Amino acid sequence: MKIELKEIRKYFGNVKANDGISLVLQAGKIYGILGENGAGKSTLMKILSGYQPADSGEILLDGRGVRFPTPAQALQSGVGMLYQEQLDFPPFRIVENYLLGRDRRVNLDYKMAEAELKQLASRYSFNLDVRAFVDSLSLGERQQLELVRLLAGGAQILILDEPTTGISAEQKELLFNSMRQLAHEEGKTLILVSHKLDEVQELCDHAFVLRRGKLVGEIDVPCPNDKLVEMMFAQIPPRSDRAPRSDRAPLIATGQPALELVDIIISTYRLIVEKINLTVQPGEVFGLAGLEGSGQDLLLQTCAGLLQPTHGRYLLAGQDVTGWSYHRIQSAGVAYVAAGRLEAGLVAGLSLTEHLVLAQPEHTFFVDWSGSQKDCSSRIEKYQVVGTPNTLADELSGGNQQRFLFALLRDELKLILMEHPTRGLDVRSANWIWEILYRRREQGTAILFISADLDEIVERSDRIAVFSGGVMSRVVKAKETSVDELGHLIGGQA
Amino acid sequence: MKVKRLASWLWPVIPILAALLFTSGLLLLYKASPIDSFRAMYDGAFGDQSKTLSVLAFWAPLTLSAVGLLVTFTAGLWNIGVEGQIILGSIAASWVALKLDLPSPFLQVSAEILAAMLGGALWAGIAAVFKTRGGVNEIFGGLALNNLAIILTNYLISGPWQPPEGGSFRGTQPFPPDALLPRFAESRFSPLSMIMAFVAIAVIIVMLRGTFWGLKLKALGKNPFSAFLLGVSSEREVILAMMVCGALAGLGGAVRVLSWFDSLRQSISGGIGFLALLVVMLANFQGYWVPFIAVFFSAVLNGSISLQLRTQLHSSLGGILTGVMVLFVLLFSDIGAFKWARREKRE
Repeated sequence: MKIELKEIRKYFGNVKANDGISLVLQAGKIYGILGENGAGKSTLMKILSGYQPADSGEILLDGRGVRFPTPAQALQSGVGMLYQEQLDFPPFRIVENYLLGRDRRVNLDYKMAEAELKQLASRYSFNLDVRAFVDSLSLGERQQLELVRLLAGGAQILILDEPTTGISAEQKELLFNSMRQLAHEEGKTLILVSHKLDEVQELCDHAFVLRRGKLVGEIDVPCPNDKLVEMMFAQIPPRSDRAPRSDRAPLIATGQPALELVDIIISTYRLIVEKINLTVQPGEVFGLAGLEGSGQDLLLQTCAGLLQPTHGRYLLAGQDVTGWSYHRIQSAGVAYVAAGRLEAGLVAGLSLTEHLVLAQPEHTFFVDWSGSQKDCSSRIEKYQVVGTPNTLADELSGGNQQRFLFALLRDELKLILMEHPTRGLDVRSANWIWEILYRRREQGTAILFISADLDEIVERSDRIAVFSGGVMSRVVKAKETSVDELGHLIGGQA
Repeated sequence: MKVKRLASWLWPVIPILAALLFTSGLLLLYKASPIDSFRAMYDGAFGDQSKTLSVLAFWAPLTLSAVGLLVTFTAGLWNIGVEGQIILGSIAASWVALKLDLPSPFLQVSAEILAAMLGGALWAGIAAVFKTRGGVNEIFGGLALNNLAIILTNYLISGPWQPPEGGSFRGTQPFPPDALLPRFAESRFSPLSMIMAFVAIAVIIVMLRGTFWGLKLKALGKNPFSAFLLGVSSEREVILAMMVCGALAGLGGAVRVLSWFDSLRQSISGGIGFLALLVVMLANFQGYWVPFIAVFFSAVLNGSISLQLRTQLHSSLGGILTGVMVLFVLLFSDIGAFKWARREKRE
């Protein structure tokens, strides 16, 4: 089935998740949709699969305009989506799951369903025990079940959202083979949403790249990784000489590192981060690049004490803080600034002064409201937050929330950990935030940050490491690196 | 913003009026005169001195429990177990009243009150530790502990604390007069209970607004993860908040056994804990509204008893009125939040 998306727009408040995207997808091909976190991939796919409506724009299937108020109606028209999260019912048997939403009678025909299910599963070499309970299955098997269910529902177009996260290598191979079979032999249209370049290169015929809600390029794959990286992150300009670099170098102290990680291993359900060895000197800015979910976020959370490493040692200014809780590490002089401002960092419904009181290291039984109010005013002024001490955090705009998070940082810090410090900010605000951070490094604070913006990483860091599938690359100097080098590292090629 | 603040001040008036209108409609359907019915209710509550004192006697434990719930609601906890905490307070106060004979009435009553607060705090503490350590939602833990508290009461009054003449399943023997709260003019009302309720309101309002602890609870209640990142340790605060609420509920339980009754009875709380939850919701979680809403609830419930005598209408009308009111509160709060959210988005 041929799909045309015309001028799809979807805004969430001021955020343009999809800003006029037009695509044409032909039957019998596998398409890759690439883009960083927040590029608009998921929004676009959710619109196509009937999960949410577009603000404007058209969807044409074989030239016929369609509108899907619900995912069930999308499936009736032939569009099925395999979500990243499992949407099955763990206490049910496989066959019961399969029947759900299929057989609409009161009396369910289990025999027929079992036969259908076995036949479909064997066509794609899936080995499913139809009587087994869903919660006894692996993630990959549950995915196979969902895929079969969508196909039985008549899906001609299949959207797979990050399908390889958390499944084994064999299951991935099986999945990819079935995808090739579906597209190339059965003429279905497949869409793979991914940020893993290797997978797109291996599987897809054609890739679309989204950035900031817009389609920024398309290309037949396989192609050189650099080309995809370049489209995803825009051109990476050579590092500018806007800020006087030469002055900065001596700021980095030698001797005792601020942060030292020795053989750190982090295991989570989705990803294992292998043996990390890393030192950051006082006054140094260290950037962690890589596609979203490659392990850099886990490393940052480990440094904050939110995750505990399964192996290795974590030294903070020479002191062994391995296994310390978040609050203990916080009092030892580490600040963690998370990416989600109102989810992780600010409390909606609390005033700015209340935040400041909470964030201060010392407290009295009764809060000195008038003193805190004054302190808050002066910080608001210093950090150019548009608001008053009584403004609620959720009444601030995004940029002001971000500035306020920095205004909350304690005075003496050994290490600042940041996720996407300037995401969603305009150039001026971003520059301004970095100026504040540079002032911090003059006081000997080390900064470790992750960013989806390669430009920012190259521009702001002294040294850079790149994560790919849980493996950290060699450390490169920001001054000496190139697009080419980073592109290879992001693609996982040393 | 100004509209929002004013609306939150005048808050309970709208749902109360809406509920009165709704109940009037219901009465008209049954061909009863709403004005006469409400008049009968009012007379039943404030018709003479003894009735008014009865309203006040019911008010004190209700207010104490509601004030405690302000703390747990601020911390984002649904302390459904408040009913059980009241009962445990009653049991603990009864234990002191029955088993200890202290030299002066002052010491005796103080010991009873202290025991009641400890009992309530302990019962709440169990639910809190179940939550923080066992991952048991405080609603379910609280419900289970409520049942256990009722069973414990029944066991005590039919077993070890049975009156010497034996037999009855209704309560223990009356406590000696010196073990009771001083009561006003042959009524069930003790002025001391009213003083304790007002002190509790004042202390809790100051705690929640003026202290660092209150701020931590507020942050926890609104966004536990951000609060954690800002440095608030949730486990300690959750347990403390529950125990403070439990202590106040336990104090309410002491008032029930030491002034409303004079002994431990079968349904000693009579659902005051659940009523207190409704009071706090109707008060829109604002401390200064709590005593007034509690008077209102107490009057409606006491008044509807004489409603039946005068108008042939069943006394459950009072329950209908309060129940409908809370439904309207929940309805209006959502509509309000929805409208404000939309307006802010547009701005």
